[in-house]
Amino acid sequence: MSRPRLALYWAASCGGCEIAVLDIEEKILDVAAFFDIVFWPCAMDFKYKDVEAMPDGSIDVCLFNGAIRTSENESMAQLLRKKSKVLVAFGSCAMDGCIPGLANLTTREDIFHWVYRESPSTMNTEDVQPTPHFTVPEGELEIPEFFATLRTLAQVVPVDYFIPGCPPQPPQILSVISAIMQGAALPPAGAVLGAGEKTCCDECGRVRNEKRLKRFYRPWEIEPKVEECLLDQGIICMGPATRSGCGALCVKANMPCRGCYGPAPNVMDQGVKMVSALSSVIDAEDPSEINGILDQIADPVGTLYRFSVANSVFHRKQVPAT
Amino acid sequence: MGADGKRFEPRVVGFLCNWCSYTGADLAGTSRIKSAPNLRIIRVMCTGRVDPSFILRAFQLGADGVLVAGCHPGDCHYQEGNFKALRRVLLLKRILREFGIDERRLRLEWISASEAQKFATASTEFTEELRALGPLQLETSVIAGHQEVAQEVRL
Repeated sequence: MSRPRLALYWAASCGGCEIAVLDIEEKILDVAAFFDIVFWPCAMDFKYKDVEAMPDGSIDVCLFNGAIRTSENESMAQLLRKKSKVLVAFGSCAMDGCIPGLANLTTREDIFHWVYRESPSTMNTEDVQPTPHFTVPEGELEIPEFFATLRTLAQVVPVDYFIPGCPPQPPQILSVISAIMQGAALPPAGAVLGAGEKTCCDECGRVRNEKRLKRFYRPWEIEPKVEECLLDQGIICMGPATRSGCGALCVKANMPCRGCYGPAPNVMDQGVKMVSALSSVIDAEDPSEINGILDQIADPVGTLYRFSVANSVFHRKQVPAT
Repeated sequence: MGADGKRFEPRVVGFLCNWCSYTGADLAGTSRIKSAPNLRIIRVMCTGRVDPSFILRAFQLGADGVLVAGCHPGDCHYQEGNFKALRRVLLLKRILREFGIDERRLRLEWISASEAQKFATASTEFTEELRALGPLQLETSVIAGHQEVAQEVRL
């Protein structure tokens, strides 16, 4: 019997997901022995034309990390969807947009203006801007188009399963891959794999008390007590709105949860769930006092939607039509 | 005036608490006080029950504005549900602003069971304010599913 065929791809991502896959350590050898790895640009030498030449549906499992930022990302998402039996949105970028999704709070024009003109490290005396098509004496050159809005994988093509995390934690990756290798029955379509069905708080060992907050602190402003709930201490911890599965890694290191495992089960919008949680613990009843406390949240959307802007209800900052 | 020559009629969703504002709206009706018909009222037991995701859901499904109305501060049937609503609305307005949505599209009012006129005035004023702001056109085209849902409930 031929070995199951596995593909891994990265779109708009940082490469952390690829490292997380390698972080399963020597087990990667079992994976390489069990699967026929047919495409993995980060680690092995394959070309796009190799994928194009494959029959449709010939890849058994494709782990796709990264969001859809450019037309190249989009066409690879469509190509891998066509060639794969099971397409998995792997990691926070592919699932929720993650950090690249924060760019949806601005516009393409503003991004280009900053990157190619304003930023202190830019020297662009000829004011060169990205141009998808450019003619040179030798012929026409083409680079991928940078889309105005960053999308998640599922906003571009149908996705079978989701594995959350920035990055997904290696033990969770291993548990999913082992399940495939042992021939486990496929979970229902759309299932979130390699994660829990509760919130991050469920995995956190800190002691929670009745919360009454008069002020918020940013992590560097206080030295938090190690045994007490961080939110109780006034540090915005995304635990109450975030899916479990990471093992509460950040809070164990005395840092607040930032929400990388995405919205908790049955939550349609992670940030606004946190709005609800924070509103319950603020100890003020007067509008101006409440606003004074809210002013201490330096960057509300960047904090409460750090990993989920692209997959939130609004997807992006609404820009008036011109 | 819209492009088709018709006046723009905002869709307004109102979450009204059972004990004060819904009763106030009821009184406005039985007292035959005229108010804008744009408000679609959803009765909730308390404004403290209005999870901010309800408000987002309303915007997602095509509301141009959302009204949350409850008992006056200190009058909440459940002691402090309306204060929770106040904090939620104040924080949610900041979120809306950052997403490029005019925060005036979310409005909080304290309307007691006897304030029928206040309900009618608030409902009409809010409708006119939204009419001036124009339709909320969310760029949801990136997800086709949302658009289909929105058309389903369009009145």
